[in-house]
Amino acid sequence: MDQQTKDLINDEITKNEVCLFMKGTPDAPQCGFSMAVSNMLKILEVNYKGINVLENQSLREGIKEYSDWPTIPQLYVKKEFIGGCDIIKEMYENGELKKVLQTKNISYKKD
Amino acid sequence: MAMNLKEIEVLIKESLPDAIVEIQDLAGDGNHYSATVTSSNFSGKSKIEQHKMVYNSLKGKMGNELHALAIKTKE
Repeated sequence: MDQQTKDLINDEITKNEVCLFMKGTPDAPQCGFSMAVSNMLKILEVNYKGINVLENQSLREGIKEYSDWPTIPQLYVKKEFIGGCDIIKEMYENGELKKVLQTKNISYKKD
Repeated sequence: MAMNLKEIEVLIKESLPDAIVEIQDLAGDGNHYSATVTSSNFSGKSKIEQHKMVYNSLKGKMGNELHALAIKTKE
């Protein structure tokens, strides 16, 4: 991974408390897995930044190396890699995702 | 570029010999699978570590030959 890509990732996860590296955008996801995670965050009314890796080939490959994780989407909360689609889905279903958000002091819909 | 179900199971079992592997071909296209992997090796590890162990067993095929594999791990 080149330095520029590394800096870009560092920059995004530092500036945005909740950051989703995804295929497409939150409004127009280009992949079912990205859409699934995006939707879960929307349902929880989490304010997040979606970063479209399809717009940047070196980011698309770089984020996999950065996280040591082979797939996209990838969710970061306060600079910590939380997981990909399967893990987020499981955490969403068993309530762990809310716990993580709570612990990390991220606002979400509590109902 | 697709992989068959048996190949996936064999690769996972090579790395995690005690694993019970259940794989489903979700779309019937040899490209979208879901795998439930149960292994004692997952004990005490985080979900991220557990999933990485499964990804590692697939030797870089994940995200390449294997487009979509939903993973569920159990201890």
